[in-house]
Amino acid sequence: MFKHELIEKNATLLLVGSLIVVTIGGIVEIAPLFYLNSTIEKVAGMRPYTPLELKGREIYMREGCYNCHSQMIRPLRDEVERYGHYSLAAESMYDHPFQWGSKRTGPDLARVGGRYSDEWHVAHLTDPEALVPETVMPEYGFLSENELDYKLIEDTLKTNRLVGVPYTDAQISNAKMDLETQAELDGDNLDGFKERYKKASARDWDNNPNRISEMDALVAYLQMLGTLVDFDLYDANANRR
Amino acid sequence: MSIYSIAFLAFMALCGLVGAAFAVDSVFAFHSWLTVALSLGFLFWGIKNYTTEPADQSRYLDSVVRWGIIATIAWGLVGFLVGIIIATELAFPEVNLFRQMNFGRLRPLHTSAVIFAFGGNALIASSFYVVQRTTGARLALGNLAWFVFWGYQFFILLAASGYVLGVTQAKEYAEPEWYADIWLTIVWVAYLLVFLGTLYKRKEPHIFVANWFYLSFIVTVAMLHIVNNLNLPVSWFGTQSYPLFAGVQGALTQWWYGHNAVGFFLTAAFLGIMYYFVPKRANRPIYSYRLSIVHFWSLIFLYIWAGPHHLQYTALPDWAQTLGMVFSIMLWMPSWGGMINGLMTLQGAWDKIRTDPIIRMFVLSLAFYGMGTFEGPLMAIKEVNSLSHYTDWTIGHVHSAALGWNGMVTFAMVYYIVPKLWGKKEIYSLKWVGWHFWLATIGIVFYISAMWVSGIMQGVMWKSYNAAGFLEYSFAETVAAMFPYYLIRTLGGLLFFLGACLMAYNVYRTIVMTKEEESNIETVPA
Repeated sequence: MFKHELIEKNATLLLVGSLIVVTIGGIVEIAPLFYLNSTIEKVAGMRPYTPLELKGREIYMREGCYNCHSQMIRPLRDEVERYGHYSLAAESMYDHPFQWGSKRTGPDLARVGGRYSDEWHVAHLTDPEALVPETVMPEYGFLSENELDYKLIEDTLKTNRLVGVPYTDAQISNAKMDLETQAELDGDNLDGFKERYKKASARDWDNNPNRISEMDALVAYLQMLGTLVDFDLYDANANRR
Repeated sequence: MSIYSIAFLAFMALCGLVGAAFAVDSVFAFHSWLTVALSLGFLFWGIKNYTTEPADQSRYLDSVVRWGIIATIAWGLVGFLVGIIIATELAFPEVNLFRQMNFGRLRPLHTSAVIFAFGGNALIASSFYVVQRTTGARLALGNLAWFVFWGYQFFILLAASGYVLGVTQAKEYAEPEWYADIWLTIVWVAYLLVFLGTLYKRKEPHIFVANWFYLSFIVTVAMLHIVNNLNLPVSWFGTQSYPLFAGVQGALTQWWYGHNAVGFFLTAAFLGIMYYFVPKRANRPIYSYRLSIVHFWSLIFLYIWAGPHHLQYTALPDWAQTLGMVFSIMLWMPSWGGMINGLMTLQGAWDKIRTDPIIRMFVLSLAFYGMGTFEGPLMAIKEVNSLSHYTDWTIGHVHSAALGWNGMVTFAMVYYIVPKLWGKKEIYSLKWVGWHFWLATIGIVFYISAMWVSGIMQGVMWKSYNAAGFLEYSFAETVAAMFPYYLIRTLGGLLFFLGACLMAYNVYRTIVMTKEEESNIETVPA
């Protein structure tokens, strides 16, 4: 008969035993997510972030926006009415890392794209209280003064491709130009940019045409959130099993 | 300091120099120079104190434990203070004075400081203390324990300064960037080697229960940390990196990590503290050895499965959510196994709750542990979670367990261990321990009741419909409704912080206590 004493008297057995016991749950729950249709489905409209949106996303993470804003609409009546269609797994398939969040000190941002004007976003980020008197959000006016640092943008896209985001060679080699095009500093490239990134819009996001600021990048990111999938065409039953 | 340590420090200084020379961003350059400065500082100190004389193996290595306890108290004060600041920011947003002080950057500083700096130091120090006394052996591998201590402080420094300067992986409780993560992995492996090596050297045939919990904590945290931080840096000389996993796979990996940071860092390992210090202070044997075996294995097996309850109703597949919920409920029993074993250890010594404020703290911590591990499974139920998720109820739950269980059990451990480590009869003032007990308890009650009310109110307001069938409240209205509760929460945190300040002073007075003072202090009646 097995005696627990055996483990109590052998540190190696205790180490190996507890390691085996703690690995099981994770393997059973996580491994299938890489194979199941519902978690790896391809949904029409999804594309990798443009270089400018990707930089905006880095600023979103740097400032810790995820501490107060979720990006995950649950399929509950009030959430769907307040924020829009519930979030699909596919909508964060290029999010390294995911930004679903866990707390709503502020509202969910999964579908904030296109809800407000660029001017509103810039004004709100600069002085939130001027637009929403009840707010407890910090001020982010300094983003307008900060020049966007995008000297490594090609490497950033390459790194993303290495971890699984399907950036094409053309997207990588044009990364710097595409970023400047989307912030409207370089107009000749517009057709190529639009072809490389479907539904992407190029404009002067922060209303300061002289330079590309961190505000440009963040607003470009916020304005595309949740706008890629066309839910008139989406078939919720396609991957059900 | 040995020749290997000196070589290692020289190597680290060189790495820092190379990093500084090729750095692609300012924070990476800053962290490189920090590495150079600290390595050289330790190097000069090491050369001055160079010795080849081997340590006396018949004595315990307690100096590293003393430093660990001081670090625990110091980081605790920092973590609690930052907590008060961010609580104030939520009530009065104008306190977000400048970008480094914004809520989004300070909140990770608060969570990391209290969990990893305060909690982590308490665990490393207490495990070094316990493993020596329960094995009868000096810490293994020479001065490697010192590397664990200073290496861990360096990790905290890298992480904390990174947050305020805007360097983060943007995953909760896993914010430190890739190079800090690699450094922590090295330190953690050294920690495992020291702990395991000491167990191998033991003079007792049996491995004491507390050590099972410590060992499973060390090995599981290593696994979680490595898998959840599989990141690829954009440049080997820059701070920015991208994780291997995205979207739903990344989310479950993160909460598998996040929930088990709670499970193994804040539960299993702190139960290790409980299993040694409660029987020692109460001078009673552990209530049930059989219960400790059953609840140890079931706790570590079940905990790992509970991660998905952080993702109820999200894009995670339904079966995984249900598994997370079911295992969370099953986890209730093994969690309470620890509470029962701790409380019942006082059998025959219940009077000590009245006479010994340190025992009173241990008992309260176990009560909060029981409450937290009941509330957790409750909130993991999908229907409850649909209301509680994204609200302050979660914050209240975390703090009832973290302040009540982890905080209180650590304070009680500190009060027990400090006189032992500095060779004194008892803590300087048991009366102040009693004051600390009440300050902390009342603070916690203010905190958690405010968060329960605000959390449930928030959840209900978000879901309210008016007679016409429209959502009753705008989001901004629900923010405004939180104000009074955020004030009460701040007050609660302030009381908790004051208690900790009193502890720091009490510990200081104990350390500098003269022989004469010592003969006059009160002790617990036998």
